[in-house]
Amino acid sequence: MRYHIGNLLRGSLSGQTGWPAQWRDPAPKPSYEAIVVGAGGHGLATAYYLASRYGVNRVAVLEKGWLGGGNTGRNTTIVRSNYLWQESQGIYEHAMKLWQDLSHELNYNVMYSARGVLTLAHSVHDIQIVKRHVHANRLSGIDNEWLTPAQTKEFCPPLNISPSLRYPVLGASLQRRGGTARHDAVAWGFARAADRLGVDIIQNCEVTAIRRGPDGAVTGVETTRGAIAAPKIGVVAAGHTSHVMAMADVRMPLESYTLQALVSEPVKPVLPCVVMSNGVHAYISQSDKGELVIGSGTDQYLSYAQTGALHISTHTLEAISDLFPAFRRMRMLRNWGGIVDVTVDRSPIVGLTPVPGLFVNCGWGTGGFKATPGSGEVFAATIAKGVPHPIAAPFSMERFRTGRLIDEAAAAGVAH
Amino acid sequence: MLNIRCPYCEEDRPEIEFRNAGEAHIARPDEPDRVDDRQWADFLYTRDNPKGWHAERWRHVHGCGRFFNAVRHSVDDRILLTYKAGEPKPDIERMLREREA
Repeated sequence: MRYHIGNLLRGSLSGQTGWPAQWRDPAPKPSYEAIVVGAGGHGLATAYYLASRYGVNRVAVLEKGWLGGGNTGRNTTIVRSNYLWQESQGIYEHAMKLWQDLSHELNYNVMYSARGVLTLAHSVHDIQIVKRHVHANRLSGIDNEWLTPAQTKEFCPPLNISPSLRYPVLGASLQRRGGTARHDAVAWGFARAADRLGVDIIQNCEVTAIRRGPDGAVTGVETTRGAIAAPKIGVVAAGHTSHVMAMADVRMPLESYTLQALVSEPVKPVLPCVVMSNGVHAYISQSDKGELVIGSGTDQYLSYAQTGALHISTHTLEAISDLFPAFRRMRMLRNWGGIVDVTVDRSPIVGLTPVPGLFVNCGWGTGGFKATPGSGEVFAATIAKGVPHPIAAPFSMERFRTGRLIDEAAAAGVAH
Repeated sequence: MLNIRCPYCEEDRPEIEFRNAGEAHIARPDEPDRVDDRQWADFLYTRDNPKGWHAERWRHVHGCGRFFNAVRHSVDDRILLTYKAGEPKPDIERMLREREA
């Protein structure tokens, strides 16, 4: 069913009953043209673009849990494209352009809200780094601007710009097109749109082995719901990528860590934009429900536990309390962790693997949500054509051998 | 927060006294000019990243300052043992069997 003003009005008059399921719950078929492992945002976007733009409709998305239940449902929903290196600008700006029309394209309100993303500078070094990003972005035609402390305060009134802060706010960059989107709606919107195009989204179906033929190429997977054949497999398993790729004897340049986030009790609108600080390591926005959504750091050690240490989130809350004195008495309702797959240069891996027919999209680390549509689009093109999409090409696994890293880790100057 | 035993200090201490230093037992190639780019990439970047038992380096930065190794489970955070740097990687499977026996 396509949503339009008529059936939405009917729904509101009939107590919102009678809506059909947004996607089917199909049993796996014996074979597909392509299998996507992982029904998070990136995997569902991959399936949607395979079917909508690249003519591959017989696609299965296999998910060991429920769709959108991993990092897609756990992140802090920030959208921006103000990265330093041209390769990164290419892929994140590609995503940004897709975000701007995504609700319309999917016929599903993903609640993309261009409320602006502030990145704070707290030291001379921060100012230099942030201004370098601003200039690099503008040279590439990506909007980003430098604000003085007073201008920053004007854009974000609850922010404390007192010079007596331990880490005073000395200015900020502002990307006005940046903002937030509703994370669950992104997963649901892509799932519904992909399902309408014939994609089978198969939940509670864990991949247990990757089958390969005598020539080494993939022939399918074994799952908890039986064997499924396909000549192409795209692994989009985030923190569990190393685990899945090991089934094809591929070792990855990845380490998995727990990244935490928190939400406060809901309050009336108080924070008009997204505020990020690499220096004191905190980022915050306010959801449409009114909760303050706060991103914290990673634990220092490899983990699949989905439970971060309390001292990590405490550290973030101390920084938030300094920057926003008005929030000091707020109560935190929940905190949680997601498993993020981190590369040494903090840039993703999108492309081919040493195994014919096996593709991988991973390494988005602590900031993959913003890339969801762009990542899915270029990965779908890569799977369909068997060669890297031009935007994805710099993000190949080969860069770790050639040394052509895309070092956003050093560029961001951020701890994780 | 983890509780970690430093094998040099022989004390159980909270995690904030320590810094994790990644996977253990990754040896730098003995003859660097004889390895190719693939082997260098493996040494520098490729990691096991297991969902399970993991041998990893720790440094007691706010204690004795020395590096040591630990075998920790990456899902439930249980630490099987800690041991001094330079000691061989323990046979984890055998240790687990002996514990159960």
